[in-house]
Amino acid sequence: MDLYEYQAKELFATHGVTTQVGKVVSTPEDAQKAAAEFNCAVVVKAQVKTGGRGKAGGVKLANNPSEALEKAKNILGLDIKGHIVKKILITPAEDIKEEYYVSFLLDRTNRTFLSMASVAGGMDIEEVAAKTPEKLAMIKIDPLTGVDSAKALEISIAAGIPSEVQKDVAVLIEKMWKLFVSSDATLVEVNPLVRTNDDRIVALDGKVTLDENANFRHPENENFVDTANVDPLETAAKAKDLNYVKLDGSVGIIGNGAGLVMSTLDVVAYAGEKFGGVKPANFLDIGGGASAQVMADGLGIILSDPSVKSVFVNVFGGITACDAVANGIVQAIEMLKSGSNYAQRPIVVRLDGNNAQEGLRILREAKPDNIEIVDTMDNAAARAAELAAGVK
Amino acid sequence: MAILLNENSKVIVQGMTGSEGKKHTERMIKSGTKIVGGVTPGKGGQSLEVAGQNVPVFNSVSEAMSATGANVSVVFVPPKFAKGAVVEAVDAQIPLVVVITEGIPVHDTAHFFSYAQKSGKTRIIGPNCPGIISPGLSNAGIIPADITAKGSIGLVSKSGTLTYQMMYELRDLGFTTAIGIGGDPIIGTTHIDALREFENDPDTKAIVMIGEIGGDAEEKAAEFIKANIKKPVVAYVAGFTAPEGKTMGHAGAIVSGSSGTAEAKKIALEKAGVKVGKTPSETALLLRAAIK
Repeated sequence: MDLYEYQAKELFATHGVTTQVGKVVSTPEDAQKAAAEFNCAVVVKAQVKTGGRGKAGGVKLANNPSEALEKAKNILGLDIKGHIVKKILITPAEDIKEEYYVSFLLDRTNRTFLSMASVAGGMDIEEVAAKTPEKLAMIKIDPLTGVDSAKALEISIAAGIPSEVQKDVAVLIEKMWKLFVSSDATLVEVNPLVRTNDDRIVALDGKVTLDENANFRHPENENFVDTANVDPLETAAKAKDLNYVKLDGSVGIIGNGAGLVMSTLDVVAYAGEKFGGVKPANFLDIGGGASAQVMADGLGIILSDPSVKSVFVNVFGGITACDAVANGIVQAIEMLKSGSNYAQRPIVVRLDGNNAQEGLRILREAKPDNIEIVDTMDNAAARAAELAAGVK
Repeated sequence: MAILLNENSKVIVQGMTGSEGKKHTERMIKSGTKIVGGVTPGKGGQSLEVAGQNVPVFNSVSEAMSATGANVSVVFVPPKFAKGAVVEAVDAQIPLVVVITEGIPVHDTAHFFSYAQKSGKTRIIGPNCPGIISPGLSNAGIIPADITAKGSIGLVSKSGTLTYQMMYELRDLGFTTAIGIGGDPIIGTTHIDALREFENDPDTKAIVMIGEIGGDAEEKAAEFIKANIKKPVVAYVAGFTAPEGKTMGHAGAIVSGSSGTAEAKKIALEKAGVKVGKTPSETALLLRAAIK
């Protein structure tokens, strides 16, 4: 889960990482009020979970409250790489002497943690890495020993932080590591970390990604969930414990196992090329169990999506045999039909694996009118795409 | 021959007395696996009747090992306790730990993986994986044993159901060993580890490798194949249609910015001379063509 800058800064503050928490507002008038309260020049910053805000005009300096009002008007509603700005952060402007970069992240390649640090802060760090790699220190962190004050100083020195503030930066680096571990983060990034004219070290921006697998030991993470910006179908699916991602196509997809479902999306998109670019409408993994209830929940979510024109149920019977899956499908359709807002759409089913013949027999016998059985994944994908394109 | 797991493997199950643990212990026994014990702290001395077999329960992995000679542990312990369970297995120096558990915090995995690396005695497969099967010999995990039999193909995959699908597509050929390495951001055994083992296994004639979006394991595997693998390898990569920044079921299956895309993996593999199928069935056909 990615946090907004203001949420990251709240976390920083609670872990002693010096920052400006500022004030989050969602109207120009509140921006003006916040600027008046700070009684100094402020920075108005779009709160979106994507990079390149500055370039997109999402970060502006305002010298007085009426300027803050104007800037806020321009920034609110801005579309930054598909993210609409609904909230802005108002923080007092700092007198900046130098800008640095510091981060901790999960290093998948080396299966450990990594610290990256640089005196070339305030820029796109991927660009720094590509153009001037000598300016970016990359230091592996052993998960067993972590970052103590000595390691933090090593990072600070490796980054080339000027000697006058080397220790102060190290202190902040050590606190960032503690936050990284205690919050179960996979990314904690400060860009820029600034040295002010009076030599204070302040995190002016913050990016934090939290590991949702660790939510069981972080009940506080609940507060970070941004329900307003999550697709309502994704919210409904989450409430039913379903692994669902909304996409922009028209073939609803249900399958078991993340890899098989990803593969199903690809195969549908591939088959859809022949029908004017038909694409999958969602990712939905109902897991190994595939009980009738889970199947009904899944079908229910998919059929409530108005952009879905056909559905492809792609199940490989492993631990749960195909006969159980077939019964699940039949019962699911009955359950949905008895509900109030059942919208019938053609459903293409492909069952393979454990007890597939019996599963297919059950489906043929029950014969729900809108079900078509197709024998292979590729052919079923093509049929579902064809149906979504309106071909009968 | 098979890799990492064979008829001499003596398997214990950590978390055997839980519902998932018990269900899969039964399936493993039925598929011919030598299950020699279970580990549940506090339940040592008891025994569990599974599939007509009386399986002793031990308090710790080291107790189980000294009593039974176990050399493989399969972990079904819930995410909260998984780190402790794996650390214990590493401390006992068991050669192979297969972590089935899904949903382990990545900080915990980073810890126990690093811990195992340092001990140098234990290989970890997983977490968030279906385990490993050497058909007809042994089955450590949850892969259905009745899809296919012993044969000449080696399979390594990030995904469970795609493992089953591919075993099914090639069921007439059979497999030496199929390994599901798991879909988490940090995993103990990589594509490369499995490829190396398959290359050295005289019974494995050809290898299928299945990858998915996220990380750069497939790109690394491509480099490795080019330099080290003489046997035919075909590959499949899932997730071409996955949007940026969304986790697709597996914790590790995410395209971040421009990195971890299926396209980049496919290109890297093809550059290394590996044929990559557009669908699982096409991949199976590519393998058949490769061994002709």
